[in-house]
Amino acid sequence: MSTENTYNYRVVRQFAIMTVVWGIVGMLVGVIIAAQMAWPQLNFDIAWLTFGRLRPLHTNAVIFAFGGCALFASSYYVVQRTCHVRLFSDKLAGFTFWGWQSVIVLAALTLPLGITTSKEYAELEWPIDLLITAVWVVYAVVFFGTLVKRKINHIYVANWFFAGFILTIAVLHVVNSAALPVSFTKSYSAFAGVQDAMVQWWYGHNAVGFFLTAGFLGIMYYFIPKQAERPVYSYRLSVVHFWAIVFTYIWAGPHHLHYTALPDWAQSLGMVFSLILLAPSWGGMINGIMTLSGAWEKLRTDPILKFLIVSVSFYGMSTFEGPMMAIKTVNALSHYTDWTIGHVHSGALGWVAFVSIGAMYYLIPRLFDRELYSLKLAEIHFWISTIGIVLYITSMWISGIMQGLMWRAVNADGTLTYSFVESVQAMHPYYIIRFLGGALFLTGMLIMAYNLYRTVVGAKPHEAVIPAVAH
Amino acid sequence: MGLVHGIWTLLLLLIFLGIVAWAWSSKRKKHFEQAAQIPLQDRDSASEGEPQNMEKKDGC
Repeated sequence: MSTENTYNYRVVRQFAIMTVVWGIVGMLVGVIIAAQMAWPQLNFDIAWLTFGRLRPLHTNAVIFAFGGCALFASSYYVVQRTCHVRLFSDKLAGFTFWGWQSVIVLAALTLPLGITTSKEYAELEWPIDLLITAVWVVYAVVFFGTLVKRKINHIYVANWFFAGFILTIAVLHVVNSAALPVSFTKSYSAFAGVQDAMVQWWYGHNAVGFFLTAGFLGIMYYFIPKQAERPVYSYRLSVVHFWAIVFTYIWAGPHHLHYTALPDWAQSLGMVFSLILLAPSWGGMINGIMTLSGAWEKLRTDPILKFLIVSVSFYGMSTFEGPMMAIKTVNALSHYTDWTIGHVHSGALGWVAFVSIGAMYYLIPRLFDRELYSLKLAEIHFWISTIGIVLYITSMWISGIMQGLMWRAVNADGTLTYSFVESVQAMHPYYIIRFLGGALFLTGMLIMAYNLYRTVVGAKPHEAVIPAVAH
Repeated sequence: MGLVHGIWTLLLLLIFLGIVAWAWSSKRKKHFEQAAQIPLQDRDSASEGEPQNMEKKDGC
């Protein structure tokens, strides 16, 4: 049988397995730095292990290694299964896998060494940036090449979200990483001053909007209907959802720069577009959750569906919280506090990680033609992780709002009521609770890894046949 | 420049409203209902693949 009659599951398998591996690694680093916040001596006075170096390692590992592998795996799977063709090129797809893993390994080596551009979520130095660009261009070739040779006339909506994500990330990465190298490991941004800040947060917020949202919405629009065995609640709404996200997200970046040197009108523009974003975000959330309408009882028994549906609920929560925090007066209280960290993690753990976990529980058994080893363990994973998230975000809400209030409190004579170190001291119990929440979430990931290992151990790689065209 | 930006913004808004009207037009209803079925018509074991009503027609 020629390979053209089968789907390319090999590259999907590779990325899916690495999703679980990098998820554990990235979250472990997260738990370590959370412990360092509570017990600072845990950096052992070793430069490589300090918070400043491990924090970008954590963010890069969870966003680009864990999230990135989940996106590669699911987009390659979905585009094949909804277009009824094999990937455009096996070789190029293989290159994206090995290229992306090399990027991750290089990040894991350079960031602890302190080699960084210091741009948040874009810390990697210019040689790695070039490799990312090469991998990304090839990713686009494979994905769009597969769309071009599709046998199904209509391009299913999940593919639109993946396509939007791939294109936008290419533009964001190339513009924000523009830099002048002065040595192999050091470069300076092509932009300066407030322009540099604005380009950085145009990139930074759209990394959230397109990498962590549009791409994962692609996952939502395929895996929720599949797992629920029902079509998406409103296909029309999904079309409008896509275009509304594309038209509005790109403007929201300035809300990261409230009360800075950025011109006031740009701050207000960012705030207004962040508020507008509530509409498409909630439209999408309703569309995802209502897909279950008429089949709610499935939620009781199916832990995979629990992960997927709860992820969309967290998506709704954090996309309500986000616009609220983008309001300048709210931001005056929340910015630079732990509230931001709590907000990010309700999106990152609740939405991105949960939807990825749900997709991997769906995907990995199918890629090996096996049944999931234990639904019971998946159920335990779900509850442990949910408790972990709740501990994490509630502790950060309390500590963040307390921080903000302590920092702005003034005495009658105009002096500050609290010294900075008093606010740090007040954080301590919440940092311990946050560490426990993160540790629970990591425990859940280890249970998942065991469950999936038992699922696939000894299985032969499975190559699914593409259904014949009906004439 | 301000005027150009204003016109551009208005144009984008109109394009978006056009997309909304297009998505909700009754002519598209049936097409979108079929499109929503694409993932569900795809069986996991391909030998059971069901007839596809949205296959590309030959020569199209």
